[in-house]
Amino acid sequence: MVWLVVAVAGVGTFSIRASFLFLLGRVDGIPARAERALRFVPAAVLAALVVPSFLQVEGGPLAARPTLASVVAAFSGPRFLAGVIAAAVAYRTESILATILVGLIALVGLEFLFGAE
Amino acid sequence: MSAAASYASTDCGQGGRNRQLFPLNHHNVRMSFRGNFRSGARAVAPVTVGVIPFGLIAGAAAVDAGLSGWQAVGLSMVVFAGASQLAAIELLSENANAAVVVGTMLVINLRMMMYSASLAPFLEDVRGARKALVAYLLTDQAYALSVTKFADSDVSRLPFYLGAAAPLWIIWQLCTVAGVVAGAAVPEWLPLGFAVPLTFLALLVPAIKDRATLAAAAVGGGVAVVAATLPFNLGLIAGAVLGITAGLLTESTLDIEGREVEH
Repeated sequence: MVWLVVAVAGVGTFSIRASFLFLLGRVDGIPARAERALRFVPAAVLAALVVPSFLQVEGGPLAARPTLASVVAAFSGPRFLAGVIAAAVAYRTESILATILVGLIALVGLEFLFGAE
Repeated sequence: MSAAASYASTDCGQGGRNRQLFPLNHHNVRMSFRGNFRSGARAVAPVTVGVIPFGLIAGAAAVDAGLSGWQAVGLSMVVFAGASQLAAIELLSENANAAVVVGTMLVINLRMMMYSASLAPFLEDVRGARKALVAYLLTDQAYALSVTKFADSDVSRLPFYLGAAAPLWIIWQLCTVAGVVAGAAVPEWLPLGFAVPLTFLALLVPAIKDRATLAAAAVGGGVAVVAATLPFNLGLIAGAVLGITAGLLTESTLDIEGREVEH
């Protein structure tokens, strides 16, 4: 199944990359509205990917336990706090490596201090 | 062709399309393919350092999530798109279905359509297999370096692009393999899997450049959290779609406000 994903995603991604490189001349560039929308894809998609990973309760998604107590637990949990620290590092250093290192250290440290979930 | 232009195209290898003479050395001849390639490689050198941890994770996290070393390398060679690879790894570890994984990967990689459109006018003269190579090697960094260079200078484009893009490919493959091999040696208490969301976070922060992108991220993240239990990873898709919508709305609202203030 993984290889199926690899193959289809590979062909699809190549098509995306090749799209306008080969089509320019037949299509007059991307329509303006689509271009405006594309600008927000990184922020929206990355946030949708990332935020749930940092708000976890008892090792699972927050939405699975929709109580006030678990919301509080999620926002005070080691993953969220490590994420805030890592975000600050990302903002200041603009370095992926620093963000990863600090984030991992923060998580390990916080879990050690407060116990893993 | 004038004598000057034909002299210029003797070692250019570009078919004399860029006929302007650009005095790059004391021979007053355009740099060769190799020279422009090196120029691209020099431009990308500082960027490759940042790619290394990302590539190591692409290898290590894949194995950690249950993929084989071959599958990890396969992702890196066939798809060659880091953010989507990491998303795939995370989804596959959660036993998401194949269509969801592929769909998510393609949504994440959609930004490359923008790169394709933006680079296309600069590389119109490149044909066939070479153009396919350009497409295959397209990454955020290769794009960013090339498009800025092409806009500002008369560099020979295909060699420069390849000089910037090829090292990234090589480093990516090497680091994936290294990650696969070294990933097994990572100790139990080290939550290497957490490096995946951290990497995305590191990419997300600079993507938030103004209020509209902030809105896109806030809504995208918020919706994804709330909808996290929906099947088929619909929460992710819903977050992405609503996030993009929020960004567009914020942008139009801010535009309108700007116009009202001016008039």
